[in-house]
Amino acid sequence: MTTDTTLAGTASTGAALAVSASGVGKVFPAKAGDVTALTGVDLEVRAGEFVSLIGPSGCGKSTLLRLIADLDEATAGTLTIFGKPARRARIDQDYGIAFQQAGLLPWRTVADNIALPLELHKVPKPDRARRVAELAELVGLSDFVDRYPDQLSGGMQQRVAIARALAASPKLLLMDEPFGALDEMTREYLQGELTRIAAETGAAVVFVTHSIPEAVFLSDRVVVMSPRPGRITEVIETGLGPVRDEALRETPAYFAKVTEVREALHGAPTQRANER
Amino acid sequence: MSSDPGSLPRRRTRGRGWAAVGWGVAGVLLVAILWEVYKFLGPSEGVVIGAVEGEAGSGVLILPRTHDRAMPHVWSMLIRLGEPTSGGATPPLVVSVAQAAVMTLGMAALGWLIGVAVGMLLGLAMQRWKLVEWGLLPWIVVSQIVPLIAFAPVVNVIGNQIDRSGIPWPQWLSVAVIASYLAFFPVAVGALRGLEAPDRIHVDLMRSYAAGYWSTLVRLRLPASVPHLLPALRLAAANAVLGAVVAEVSIGMRGGIGRMLIQFAGQASSDPAAPWGPMFGSIALGLIAAGSVALIGFGLTKYRRGEAAA
Amino acid sequence: MRGAVPTGWLRIAAPIVVGVLGAFAWALYVEFGDAPRALPGPADVASEFVLRWGIIWDEMLITATNAAIGLAVGTVLAVILAGLSATWRPIDGMLAPLVAALAVIPIVAITPILNTMFGASSQFGRQAVATIAAFIPVFVNVLRGLRQTRPVHRDLLRASAATGGQTFRKLTLPTAVPYLMTGVRVAASLAVISALVAEYFGGPADGVGTSIATFAKSGRASLAWAYVGGGILIGLAFFLVTALIERIVTRHAPD
Repeated sequence: MTTDTTLAGTASTGAALAVSASGVGKVFPAKAGDVTALTGVDLEVRAGEFVSLIGPSGCGKSTLLRLIADLDEATAGTLTIFGKPARRARIDQDYGIAFQQAGLLPWRTVADNIALPLELHKVPKPDRARRVAELAELVGLSDFVDRYPDQLSGGMQQRVAIARALAASPKLLLMDEPFGALDEMTREYLQGELTRIAAETGAAVVFVTHSIPEAVFLSDRVVVMSPRPGRITEVIETGLGPVRDEALRETPAYFAKVTEVREALHGAPTQRANER
Repeated sequence: MSSDPGSLPRRRTRGRGWAAVGWGVAGVLLVAILWEVYKFLGPSEGVVIGAVEGEAGSGVLILPRTHDRAMPHVWSMLIRLGEPTSGGATPPLVVSVAQAAVMTLGMAALGWLIGVAVGMLLGLAMQRWKLVEWGLLPWIVVSQIVPLIAFAPVVNVIGNQIDRSGIPWPQWLSVAVIASYLAFFPVAVGALRGLEAPDRIHVDLMRSYAAGYWSTLVRLRLPASVPHLLPALRLAAANAVLGAVVAEVSIGMRGGIGRMLIQFAGQASSDPAAPWGPMFGSIALGLIAAGSVALIGFGLTKYRRGEAAA
Repeated sequence: MRGAVPTGWLRIAAPIVVGVLGAFAWALYVEFGDAPRALPGPADVASEFVLRWGIIWDEMLITATNAAIGLAVGTVLAVILAGLSATWRPIDGMLAPLVAALAVIPIVAITPILNTMFGASSQFGRQAVATIAAFIPVFVNVLRGLRQTRPVHRDLLRASAATGGQTFRKLTLPTAVPYLMTGVRVAASLAVISALVAEYFGGPADGVGTSIATFAKSGRASLAWAYVGGGILIGLAFFLVTALIERIVTRHAPD
């Protein structure tokens, strides 16, 4: 497994990497002194790779995602998306994003919600309609395109949000606990759907979660983070192969990886206590 | 306003609407009955406390006089509406009241439009630049907690001077300006609150699409502000009517409902039911103004889907 | 992200700067511009205000008393009727549309009729108008407050076998009080404005509103504006007192 990483590390030039962060840090100014949300983050995400960020609350996993999305700006280090600065990548629409809340606009139908990013970038109407139909098909909501968000279940809303994130065919998908508010069954179903969609579109995914099984099931690599200050403590290669189906959840390899991530996570707080 | 999702049968809401109307009619009837019962039971000269013996008009009247000049019968008020406005061949009172109400409504509508335009611009500016909000909002709030409407007479005098100096400034414009002053406030505050209503996540989303200020405004902020704007517009309409009536009276403009009310109240000792005509007129005016704005809401129902969900 | 200290400072400074600039522009316009005679400069108004403080204060007392009586009576009536409305559906059914209508009609229009009923020398008409104006927001807010108890709290009291009276004292009332105070704060401004505006509609020849109208018509603009200043002071006083009470009462309220 380790050889694989090194290989990827050496083989990848700047342009081939979906995300490349080195020494990235983020400090929020506050009344009672500055708060270091993130420090010394080095991370490379290859094109088409699925990477999860996991850790307890306050470890900066969401902050890191927001920096990649250029929703906030890093205060230290360099961060490039497909070899460009994060801001450029945002303006060029190189990524799609989904949050814990679906964040659909309540006054737009499912189709209009999916079409929003296309509309904003002046995609002609016929092309837009075709793309929306494709995406609705991809997330299995073709029968619901004329519904309004309040007529959909939470899981369906989240699927619309994923379709919307994919609208501009980005090569990078950023997801901030997108299944966090869903019930377990819907969640597992959507995890399966997401791996299929990611494989079909060939997009790299950076996925923030606080669920260990979810991270292991979905990812090629799991990035374990720890708080105060937020930083990366360990990166675990899952090596579970390209096929992620329900059978995988029963395999010893899967359980072993879940255990490994859990130990990596639980090591973190102990370490922190020792440091204090 | 209940938690029903938008797709539930509309029939139930309509049924509830008719029930509300029924209750409202019952309420109005109850008020009329209370009026007549008190008129029947109460002392003809009212109840005075602290009166000094032999000194007319001393003491405090705590219950009104009940004789026909002070409290006409409800039916007298209604019959009076059909009788000539001021005797002879003048048109029925109800027609004169309607004409006066239309005139006041016109000035209120103009005031409403000015107020909405100014309020929207202020709301937009305050939302766009925090510094503008900090600088202006306290003054806008203060302007409403203090009775600045008191300067209505002064506005009129200024208007007259402008008119004399060559730029035409008809009196109805003064009335509309005063009405707009009362109307702009709810719109400014409602617009600011509404434009800031979108969730953080929606704003982030628009940023992730690299959408500029104007597309964010058109696609996100304005639609999201609708649930806040509609009540503000309704309040603005009610305020504009109030402002127009007050302005008419305070600057002594003729032709509108406010002036008519004062005029008839002056003749109340000989014609006690007459002032109730313009009184009913101004009630109708307020209801019509608020109702018309409510109609705008019907055209915007899809932007109000969030109301139930949120 | 701007630092915490400068923004806090700007928040205070910005309105002051706007106020000073406004007064300055007003003064310049009156001094050098083509200002109408009815618009005196701020300095003239201020000096008139100081000079005539005695008579302005007398009229202020009359208007403020009317507003205070209206606020007090309106609040009491509103609390009683809101309580009845929350308890008996028929009362709610009849009152809800009446109050909704009352909220959109120009209530001051009733002043001349009240003056006829109570006599032209009575302040009652003005007080009654202030009462109705104050009644509406208090009623609406208290009724909302009485219906605001959270299901989890109701369940808790039910699980603790609390009686109806206990539930009212321990839960319904404390939940509603912050709403009452918000209603009173809104009502305070409305009571002042209504009491003052009602003076334009006849009644005794006293009060701030009457004075403004009189002096504006007779061309003593500075004095009229000084009375406007008096009205502003009443409004500010009512607002500050009620806002302070609201702040004290709602200290522990969530949100």
